Amino acid sequence: MWRLLGQIRQLVKTHAFRLASLYFAVFAVSVLGVLLSVYLISADFVERQTQATLEAEIAGLAEQYAQRGISGLVQIIAARSAGDRGDGVLYLVTNADGHPLAGNITGWPEGTPVSPGPVSFRVAMKDQGVTRTHPAQGALIVIPEGYRLLVARDISDAALYRQRIKMTLVWSGLVALVAGLFGGAVMSRNLLRRVEQVNRTAERVMGGNLADRVPLKGTRDEFDQLAANLNNMLDQIERLMAGMREVSDNIAHDLRTPLARLRARLELSLIANQNTNGQNTNGAEDGAQTEAVRAAIDEADRLLATFNALLNIAEAESGARRNQAEPLDLAQTVRSAAELYEPVAEEKGCALKLDVEPGIMIRGDRHLLSQAVANLLDNALKYGGGEVRLSAHQQDGRAALEVSDMGPGIPEEEREAVFDRFVRLEPSRSTPGNGLGLSLVRAVARLHNGTVALGDNQPGLKVRLEFAAL
Amino acid sequence: MKLLVVEDDRETAAYLVKGLSESGYTVDQSGDGREGLYLASSGSYDAIILDRMLPGMDGLAMLGALRAAKIGTPSLILSALGSVDDRVKGLRAGGDDYLVKPFAFSELLARIEALLRRGAAGATTTKLRAADLELDLLTRSVKRGDSVIDLLPREFQLLEYLMRNAGHVVTRTMLLEHVWDYHFDPQTNVIDVHISRLRQKVDRNFDKPLIHTVRGAGYCLRAAD
Repeated sequence: MWRLLGQIRQLVKTHAFRLASLYFAVFAVSVLGVLLSVYLISADFVERQTQATLEAEIAGLAEQYAQRGISGLVQIIAARSAGDRGDGVLYLVTNADGHPLAGNITGWPEGTPVSPGPVSFRVAMKDQGVTRTHPAQGALIVIPEGYRLLVARDISDAALYRQRIKMTLVWSGLVALVAGLFGGAVMSRNLLRRVEQVNRTAERVMGGNLADRVPLKGTRDEFDQLAANLNNMLDQIERLMAGMREVSDNIAHDLRTPLARLRARLELSLIANQNTNGQNTNGAEDGAQTEAVRAAIDEADRLLATFNALLNIAEAESGARRNQAEPLDLAQTVRSAAELYEPVAEEKGCALKLDVEPGIMIRGDRHLLSQAVANLLDNALKYGGGEVRLSAHQQDGRAALEVSDMGPGIPEEEREAVFDRFVRLEPSRSTPGNGLGLSLVRAVARLHNGTVALGDNQPGLKVRLEFAAL
Repeated sequence: MKLLVVEDDRETAAYLVKGLSESGYTVDQSGDGREGLYLASSGSYDAIILDRMLPGMDGLAMLGALRAAKIGTPSLILSALGSVDDRVKGLRAGGDDYLVKPFAFSELLARIEALLRRGAAGATTTKLRAADLELDLLTRSVKRGDSVIDLLPREFQLLEYLMRNAGHVVTRTMLLEHVWDYHFDPQTNVIDVHISRLRQKVDRNFDKPLIHTVRGAGYCLRAAD
């Protein structure tokens, strides 16, 4: 119930709903206006027609009276009243006492005042053997000498006609309103759907799927243009991101060789130095210069390691190693990585807990998967701590691997960013590391058509990798 | 000891020749695959270091031809390509070890020395000895002096590798490759932690330490000098 209300509130907030409501309101007002004027005009027309008939009748009778006096008038009325002429005109001539002299109304209608002017009354009519009272409208004329002439018209047909028009208009109005409501809903739904498509694509792109695009309908309408423009923009963003990555990869590639040479020269000078000084390899009495050379070599090694890591990621991302996938036991891979890190955990005072289901077969590259697990363990021990859990399970055709720690975790809004190259959450960057560990993990996950997600371990970080099981 | 270096990149070749000569080896050098094959065919070298990509003849093809001629000189392949697939191809073509450029000279030297020893050892041994340390490969037991040392399976493998290369430097990468079969560099120095654990068991209660750290290179198991 509350959910439904919530959904309705959500719907009311959308632009599409407001647009549909506006559309419906304008539509309803114009349809009602048109129908109302049609009704008024046709009602007026019927009224005028009745009036015109009466006037013509009265004019004719007045002429007769002028020529032949009251007897002539009575005669002509008697003649006209004989038989049903079907035009619904009613006549009655009475003397001053109200006694009828001629006419097709049997008596003076009850309740009708005896004063000249327009009158309306009800008259009993025999219609196919059934007596009904019909409404009538007409005029009372008082002729000199007290004679009275009542000329009226049975307006039941007109009333019926008006009633019919009213019903027709009400029904067509209802149909038009329902159609309008439906049209508005369909219109807004289509609008909503296309906006929603754009929204969903944007969300997926923000979620890291840079290759996703807004579907085009091929109608070349405004929405298609918007979609095409958005897609172009996404293409550009993707190109820029790829370009940035390429630049860092190229730097890594191009600087690796000179850096390696630099390192080689330093190393050779060290060897030459050792040989001339005849020192042993323990280097207990190294001079300050040798020490400096050693430090420089260490720096070069760190740089080379970073470059190698970058190139490794680039290689995994390019998918060039996809063909090296072979059936392997993920449980075995996980166990052996854990075994490699177990002493490190012990040294750091962390408990490394294993929860691995035996025999989880997947297709993959053992070396890359091992490195990914090693990176995750490395991170968990370096930045997390507490109890580090490593679990691997198989469920519904999926192999899932989880590494969780009890450290500070990663705030939700930064969980996507940490997969990017060189992103480190520590502002001081005091812990050794290059910010490439998770980038490799993601590249490896993608290479295996798997997923990687960061979650909350409450407290700490939980990293979950998923692959298709064999 | 006489080595052959087949490398077309002059900078790398000069670096190799200089470094190896400084380390006491006699070095011949060639920048061409065909010439390299011709030189190696004499069979007078103790080890060959060859690049994968060579003008004239591909490094792997050269190695294949050499092995076809029943010349089993231990050889180490240098390559710019780092993927495991290339490593497997190189080893399948008859290479004994594989090193990705750029490499540290100490790494190359340690590997060459290991190759030379492998060529010399030959006979299968069931017991390895270094000073008063004895490792029995059949019973998988370790003794130092009179006391038995309990080792976990991985520690046993680690010690075995160190003892097989006793007196020589083994690098962290070599240990990672041979003991764990991992071909990547972990960010943390995991090997150091494993070694220090092994030291606790092998060296702690004894006067003379056997496992030594070699700065800028790796580790070495030997009786103190």
